[in-house]
Amino acid sequence: MSTGSTVTLADLTRMLRESAGEEEGVDLDGDVLDVSFDDLGYDSLAMLQVVGQIQREYGVRLPDETIADAETPRALLTLINTTGEISQAG
Amino acid sequence: MTAAVVTGLGVAAPNGLGTEAFWKATLAGRSGLAALTRFDPAQYPSVLAGEIKGFTAEDHIPSRLMPQTDHMTRLALAATDWAIGDAGADLRQLPEYGMGVVTAASGGAVEFGQRELENLWSKGKEYVSAYQSFAWFYAVNTGQISIRHKMRGPSGVLLTEQAGGIDAIGHARRHVRKGTPLVVSGGVDAALCPWGWVPQIASGRMSTVADPDRAYLPFSADACGYVVGEGGAVVILEDAASARERGAPRVYGEVAGYAATMDPAPGTGRPAGLRRAAENAIADAGLTPGDIDVVFADAAGVPELDRTEAAAITGLFGRHGVPVTAPKTMTGRLLAGGAALDVATALLSLRDGVIPPTVNVRAPAPEHGLDLVTGGPRDTDLRSALVLARGYGGFNAALVLRRTDG
Amino acid sequence: MNRIAAGGTSQAHHRAIQRAGRDDRDPAPSRTLAHRTGSTREGPHSDWHSSARTTNPKQLGPRGNGVKTMRRVAITGLGTVAPGGNGVKEYWELLTSGRSATRTISFFDPSPFRSRVAAECDFDPVSAGLTPQEIRRLDRAAQFAVVSAREALADSGLDVSRLDPGRTGTSIGSAVGCTTSLEREYVVVSDGGRKWNVDHEYAVPELYRHFVPNTMAAEVAWVVGAEGPAAVVSTGCTSGLDAVGHAVELIREGSVDVMVAGATEAPISPITSACFDAIHATTPHNDEPDRACRPFDRTRGGLVLGEGAAVMILEEWESARARGAHIYAEIAGFAARCNAYHMTGLKPDGREMAEAIDAALQEARLAPDSIGYINAHGSGTKMNDRHETGAFKRSLGDHAYNVPISSIKSMIGHSLGAIGSLEIVACAMAIEHGVLPPTANLHEPDPELDLDYIPLTARRQRADVVLTVGSGFGGFQSAMLLTAPDVRS
Repeated sequence: MSTGSTVTLADLTRMLRESAGEEEGVDLDGDVLDVSFDDLGYDSLAMLQVVGQIQREYGVRLPDETIADAETPRALLTLINTTGEISQAG
Repeated sequence: MTAAVVTGLGVAAPNGLGTEAFWKATLAGRSGLAALTRFDPAQYPSVLAGEIKGFTAEDHIPSRLMPQTDHMTRLALAATDWAIGDAGADLRQLPEYGMGVVTAASGGAVEFGQRELENLWSKGKEYVSAYQSFAWFYAVNTGQISIRHKMRGPSGVLLTEQAGGIDAIGHARRHVRKGTPLVVSGGVDAALCPWGWVPQIASGRMSTVADPDRAYLPFSADACGYVVGEGGAVVILEDAASARERGAPRVYGEVAGYAATMDPAPGTGRPAGLRRAAENAIADAGLTPGDIDVVFADAAGVPELDRTEAAAITGLFGRHGVPVTAPKTMTGRLLAGGAALDVATALLSLRDGVIPPTVNVRAPAPEHGLDLVTGGPRDTDLRSALVLARGYGGFNAALVLRRTDG
Repeated sequence: MNRIAAGGTSQAHHRAIQRAGRDDRDPAPSRTLAHRTGSTREGPHSDWHSSARTTNPKQLGPRGNGVKTMRRVAITGLGTVAPGGNGVKEYWELLTSGRSATRTISFFDPSPFRSRVAAECDFDPVSAGLTPQEIRRLDRAAQFAVVSAREALADSGLDVSRLDPGRTGTSIGSAVGCTTSLEREYVVVSDGGRKWNVDHEYAVPELYRHFVPNTMAAEVAWVVGAEGPAAVVSTGCTSGLDAVGHAVELIREGSVDVMVAGATEAPISPITSACFDAIHATTPHNDEPDRACRPFDRTRGGLVLGEGAAVMILEEWESARARGAHIYAEIAGFAARCNAYHMTGLKPDGREMAEAIDAALQEARLAPDSIGYINAHGSGTKMNDRHETGAFKRSLGDHAYNVPISSIKSMIGHSLGAIGSLEIVACAMAIEHGVLPPTANLHEPDPELDLDYIPLTARRQRADVVLTVGSGFGGFQSAMLLTAPDVRS
């Protein structure tokens, strides 16, 4: 469970940009919470890279099988902030 | 019989980014060799390099590709864009299985690889990039170019170190002859990071002279090894008939002859293979040595290797029998990019009827018997050029380029 | 045997005829031949289109009459270093036994990794005959290649002293080169990853040889005294097919008469494990190491890393026959395509692999329903299994359901750039012995995959035409066709 530190959409979009860049024609600062990662231009490889960064930065462990089911930023944030075990921030 | 012709060039060189900037600098004898800035070389015996200046990757590479590409691949993708633009090829009009990609590689995308090795060994395996599985490896440029331009035809990646640029173009010609109308080929390399530097020091061939004007002097009595640079060239090779059909704006020349050979094992006493590569390439072009108007030399700058090359050239053409030049004295040896850049340079020479100079060498050592073009460019009528290259380990390659007009 | 007519009246047969017919109307073939007459010719032996080398026109298939024959390529010698046994004899015994050589990684402590299994070779360079200087000079992958080349040369019965060095070439595939040595030396010069400015004073003299792996092709060339064209072909995990395909092209175009061709890889090293872990490509099935790789099985979890080498002697057909060489098989067709889609991903429809298969069939002038066995890429990932099953159906039509298919990666793992050549050797041996190796660990077939994937035990069945395919990172798909020596002659 979360130990107080919550990963926000802003944190996630920053990590998406760092780990996988930004697709042309997509504005990550727009209303993207419920847009699928697929539509945002991120393939499974990009998601593995982003999830790796999330796990390193926030000390969370996300089970392999749950990651593929998190198809939108909202779903991934929910996964991180509820099921992931956050041990440290930043 | 139709020919394989070059219809587009993309150049990324230490003395010029883009074909015309490079060509202008090369004719002016402007060198790109200088003290290394990419990392602090003070602790190393070799401190000079040919670095590409003024390349802002973000201006050329989509954001999504940035985290998964090394500097080397970004240069290759940019040079490919320029080459395609130069060829005026509207790729959407060409069949996707009718376009291929063949590039050369030497040590891969070394800087990316060094960063991930460091992540693994200093921090742990969780820190290794998901892109490491392909971003460093030898096939990365071919793969990324084919994906970016939706080229699904026969492709390839050949490794023969500095000979690779010629071998890639020779192989691309094979694809064209077998029916692929357009093949992107050449080589772009970049290994200017400490983990790319130290192995080259171990080769014992790098110059340890710190003066950029005295460090790389091929065929000179003062030859003392070579300087390494980054960059290379991408060429668009097309079937001449299909290039004509689609209205290609220009044809630089024909890849008329190609051959590759291997040196014998050390200690066998058999002769080196460079001369045989040159002979075979000239014969493959249906020419004789007398038809060759200029030789772009491999120009290792290592005395023993210079002697071997000079003997190959004088053996074929006679002493002072053909103009020889090494514009790579302005860029350094570019490994997999080197011979590809020489091919581009030779095509520009044919186009403009001028041989660019070998800089910093005042005169070749008399023992070599070479008519080395030094001091400044030499204006002369050129119809055919021979490009020579050698790769570490005994690899030799030769390419004959021929003007197609008149 | 008339290969086209053998197909009977199946849909695939009709498609093949239609395709061949289309081909006849296409101006490309005649243009191609025109090119070839002017292609690279380097010596007196290269007049490949002379009448002495044309075969009986009736064997040329639907566009036979009047078409000049291509120079043909015979496999006359085999050599391998593989998990489970060194040398071709032990390799074939393993493949036909259905045993898996995958095990818990012993080369380094695998405990930090998600995937901790691999197919390692029990390779001792001294007993493999390498000299002390070769052992010092050569990376493990180069050692594999040299040992395999020596075995292949001996197997071929070629007399090196009678070879024309300039007409003998070398083509060696490798995806990651000398990565094991490079990582080992990196750790030293960086002092365990502490220094970005790595320390040249700790660099071994061989470091540059490892840095530019084309040196492996030089080492192999020197085994036979080859002084013709030489290169390392590095197209990721299709390198082993593409390197041999490249060699075939060189013989066909007349640049050489003999090629030493194959591939090698020794990638089992922490950096390789780490990067495959990072993309979840390798299996997490660590508990039963010999059951780790499960191609086409519902419970598959990913690929299992392997290592090894296979090197072949390839000869121009007529000269091989003239010297009375034993011919294992002919390499009748080869093609490589890019998917231009993704560096690591594959689409389920298998279109690009199907394109490669179709092009290889056209080159071989074989009908899809002549294929009697498919050595699949079968890497053990769901994505691959769908991709290639889709490709087989696209290219072979209904005949796909009749062809036995298997993946030997279930037994020897995925040795990246080497595996394609190891699979070619397996195909040559399958043709030679009339035995098709099985897919080990295939206990619970994936219900979405509906072809014949030869589970668990080898099948005694003659196959005169064999297809082997591969997919590689970088977006590469390749296909090669081997035929029994008596099929086309």
